[in-house]
Order: sequence, then C-alpha cells, then structure tokens
Amino acid sequence: MQWDIVIGLEIHVQLATRTKIFSGSSTAYGAEPNTQANAVDLAMPGTLPVPNEQAFRYAVMFGLAVNAEIERRSVFERKNYFYPDLPKGYQTTQLERPIVGPGYVDIDLANGETKRVRIHHAHLEEDAGKSLHEDFHGMTGIDLNRAGTPLIEVVTEPDMTNAEEAVAFAKKLHGIVTSLGICDGDMSQGSMRFDVNISLKPSGSETLGTRTETKNLNSFRFMEQAIAHEVERQMDILEDGGTIVQETRLYNGDRDESRSMRTKEEANDYRYFPCPDLLPVEIDDAFIEAARNSLPELPDARKARFMEQYGLNDYDAGLLAGDSKLAAFFETTAERGKDAKLASNWVQGEFSARLNAEEKPVADSPISGAQLGDLVVRIADNTISSAGAKKVFEALWTGENDNVDAIIDAKGLKQVSDTGELEKMVDEVLASMPDQVAQYQQESDPKKQKKMLGGFMGPLMKASRGQGNPKLFNEILLRKLGT
Amino acid sequence: MTISREDIEKVAVLARIRVDDEQVSELEKDLGNILDLVDQLSAADTDAVEPMAHPLNAVQRLRPDEVTETNQREAFQAIAPATEKGLYLVPRVIE
Repeated sequence: MQWDIVIGLEIHVQLATRTKIFSGSSTAYGAEPNTQANAVDLAMPGTLPVPNEQAFRYAVMFGLAVNAEIERRSVFERKNYFYPDLPKGYQTTQLERPIVGPGYVDIDLANGETKRVRIHHAHLEEDAGKSLHEDFHGMTGIDLNRAGTPLIEVVTEPDMTNAEEAVAFAKKLHGIVTSLGICDGDMSQGSMRFDVNISLKPSGSETLGTRTETKNLNSFRFMEQAIAHEVERQMDILEDGGTIVQETRLYNGDRDESRSMRTKEEANDYRYFPCPDLLPVEIDDAFIEAARNSLPELPDARKARFMEQYGLNDYDAGLLAGDSKLAAFFETTAERGKDAKLASNWVQGEFSARLNAEEKPVADSPISGAQLGDLVVRIADNTISSAGAKKVFEALWTGENDNVDAIIDAKGLKQVSDTGELEKMVDEVLASMPDQVAQYQQESDPKKQKKMLGGFMGPLMKASRGQGNPKLFNEILLRKLGT
Repeated sequence: MTISREDIEKVAVLARIRVDDEQVSELEKDLGNILDLVDQLSAADTDAVEPMAHPLNAVQRLRPDEVTETNQREAFQAIAPATEKGLYLVPRVIE
C-alpha cells in the first residue's frame, strides 16, 4: 500500500536573554553547577516570579518574523508534573493565550519549489534543570543553572510530508531565530531542540492516522534519521496489519534506535491552571512597533539581496543567506576577495566542509572572513592554483600562519604565470615524450584526448616544481599539440 | 456533584501523596462537600462574562533584563540533604 506521511514539529528555542524568564539569575552557559540557581529558580517558599521584559520582546520579534498575530494580553499557566529537575513541581508556560498566534514560514525545496508551513502558535515558557545520571553512589545529580531559562516553544501545523521538508523547515527556523539574534542557535548546547510528530495514512485518505512523538532531537542529521526510522517502524506495523500506539518515543542517534518513553495511557495529567503568581501580561502597540522597527534583515530578504548584489544563483544565495553567521562570513570574504562567485564557492566548499568535519559553528572557525577573502584575491589573480590555495587554507586553519601572502612565500606556492617560461617547459616536456605526442595526435575521440592530456601535466608540474599555472599549461599544451 | 474513590486515588497519585483506605473515605466526604459548594456557583449565569485569568484587576509588571542575583550556592546547599561537586543529589531517576 502507498502511504502518506504527515509531520508536525514542536521546537524549543532557548532565548538569548542575559537573565532567566522569572528571575535575575544569569543564563550564561557553562557556569559551575548551581551557581546560577537562586531562590526563585529553586522555588524557595515566599519567592515570587517577575517576568523578564526582554523575553517578551524576543517572542514578539519572532512572531513578527513568522507573519504571526501577536496576542496583546497573554496569560501564564502551570503545567504540573514531578521531576527532580523541576523544583517548583510545575512548569510555568502558556496554554490558553500564547503570545504568538497563527503564522507561517515559506521553505525552499530541492526541486526549486516553495512550500508554506503554517505555525499554529508559539508560547513562552521556562526550561527545566539538568539531571546527571552518572553514578553518584546510586543517586542522580541535579544542576539547576538551566532552570528558568526562557524558551519559546513553536508548534507547527502538520504540514510537512517528508524528512526533507521537516529539515528544511527546521533549518529555516534556525536561520530566522539566529538572524533575529534571539537565540544563539547552538544546537550542540541544546539551544534548539526538536520534537517530531509523525503519522501515516493510506495515500489520499482524509483521515489522519495515530501519531507518535519523537522527543528532543538536537541536530538536523538526527532529525532526518529519526523521521526515516519512525516512518519505517510505523509502515512495518501497518503493513503487518497492526495498529500504531499513540506514544512518546526517544531516539538514540548514535545507534539509530528508538524506544517508547510513555504511552497515552500513562500520559501525564498536567492539570493546567492559570498561575496565581503572575498577572496577565499586556503588550501595547508601541511595544510591538518598537520590536518591528528593531527587526534585522531576515533570511528571505538577505537571499534576494545576495542574488541582486553579488549575482549569486538561487541555490547559492539561499544556502549562504539561511544562516546569519555564515552569511556575514561570506560577505566579509566576498568584499575583501572582490570575487563573489569564488568567495561563495570557497565558503560553501572547503570552509563549510571543514566546519562540518570538526562539528564547529561558524563562530568557532579558526580563520576569519578577511583571511579567506585574501586567499580569494590570490586565487582570482592567478598567484596560486586551486591546489596551492588548499595548502594555504590548511595552513590558515591549523594556525601555522595567519597571513595568506606569507604562507604563499614560505611554501613556495606562487605559480609561474610567465607564458614564455611555461612555453619553454612545455616544449621540453613534449620533446621528451614523442610517443605520447604521436598517440595523442592520432586519437580521434576528444574524451580520450582529454584524458591523455593529463599525462603531460604530471611531468610539467614536476618540471615547474609544482609552481606552473595549470590553466596556462593546459592552454599552451592544446595549442602546441595542434587541436 | 460527587467525587469517586477512583478520582481521589488518581489525584493522590498525581500529587505523590500516599492516602490509605480510611483517609479516602474521609476525603470522599470532605472533597464532596467542597465540590458541592463550588457547584452552587454554577447557578450564576456567566454566559456574557469573560473568564478571569487572575482575581486582581491589574497587569503584570515586567523586569529589565539585568543580572541581579549573585551566587549563593553554599547557602542553599547547606540546607540540602545531599550534594556533591556542586550538584544536588536525589534518589536515582531513570527516564
């Protein structure tokens, strides 16, 4: 049977405020355990929450960026459950009147189409602390530094139909919140966490199937794998005539396994009710307009500008504009390098590949956009070959030297572009290889000829001690061989 | 309106409160009385009234995003039953 896949996402976005949502404790990452957990965060008796204005400003900015309605009077509820990393015994969140109402995000797909994903709502809430299950004499260690960190939880409509769309949406949302500067976007530190709701239905059917929720995916790759894994699991069950149990599942990305966390029958009864400690928060037009005026350039607008200003194609512009830090890096490289296309190739190629391989965010790159720009200048003016450029890049990356020209000199990478000198080398090499020259000239298949041409390049590079400009060698060879 | 034994047992589990059989009978009566009292409020016609999120007719004051708290871990951990390496220790929980 053919199945339709239905996917909805819930995304927790940690807001980059200096302090917590209900207390003046710092939210800085990496502090010693419990040094940023104070009386309010620890739920000491007699304490009262006071909401952080900046969290509301960020939530409003997010709402405006996803074309959503802003709720002018938002209310907090208590979601009651017991867990040791939640000292109050409830999470303060929003249920009935979330601050961000329905909106949408348009995503670009690989086939060039654009798809609209609707956002059901987004609400403000607090994060919980962290439980460390390593062995503390059979006990669990609790760090409450994260408790009370402001989050917005973004809930989409079930508008996505495969992993590609879900990942495209997740990346787009990542680009939006990092461009807004309301979230640092560092997924390895849990700044964005994804829950995926998946169900299958017979192709074309109007009725939705039973869904499962896979929680806490913290990378795009794991998200893609978890969706593939869950779709296959559900399909196997349905094809065998079974039924899907509505449940929450945990996915282990390292093993590509998932297991049930709790089923609907065991689902918590959260007994939501309005939080008596907090009055309704009213947001006026002036607050919303100020937030609107503070909106920076967003990925869609940046993409259009990159196409216009740098002459990039749709695909390259979309990729570079999607992430604000990568976009800024590219712009520095392009302006310094004075060749946008070459800058785009290097930023998306060698640079991104290297970041991915070392699982580093752009911010932790050991090389700067200006350095890569200097390298682009030397590639564009033919001072170095692309092979030489890779060696320079390597030296920059490893910190061997921070100056492009100094590296080129030290490693003798400057290529010889003096045509007279190169012609002499070609003449000598061709004279020493008469058989190959004859073979080449008798060959009628241009493809084979092209391959044979490579046979001359080795000796030429050797003759020039790796410093001959391969492009010029190629041109001279073609001319001398009479094709 | 009455409350069943099952309701009381369920609420006790959710609230992590141990309640024995005898107490359930008492609670059935007490909570039943309270709910009956609340039930009387249903007689009022509230169709045209917007539900209140809070009994006070006021709006929430917001706080500027400035760090005002200092590290007082030692003071807080002095009253904790068990700590180690700066962590609060609790009976083992496995999800």
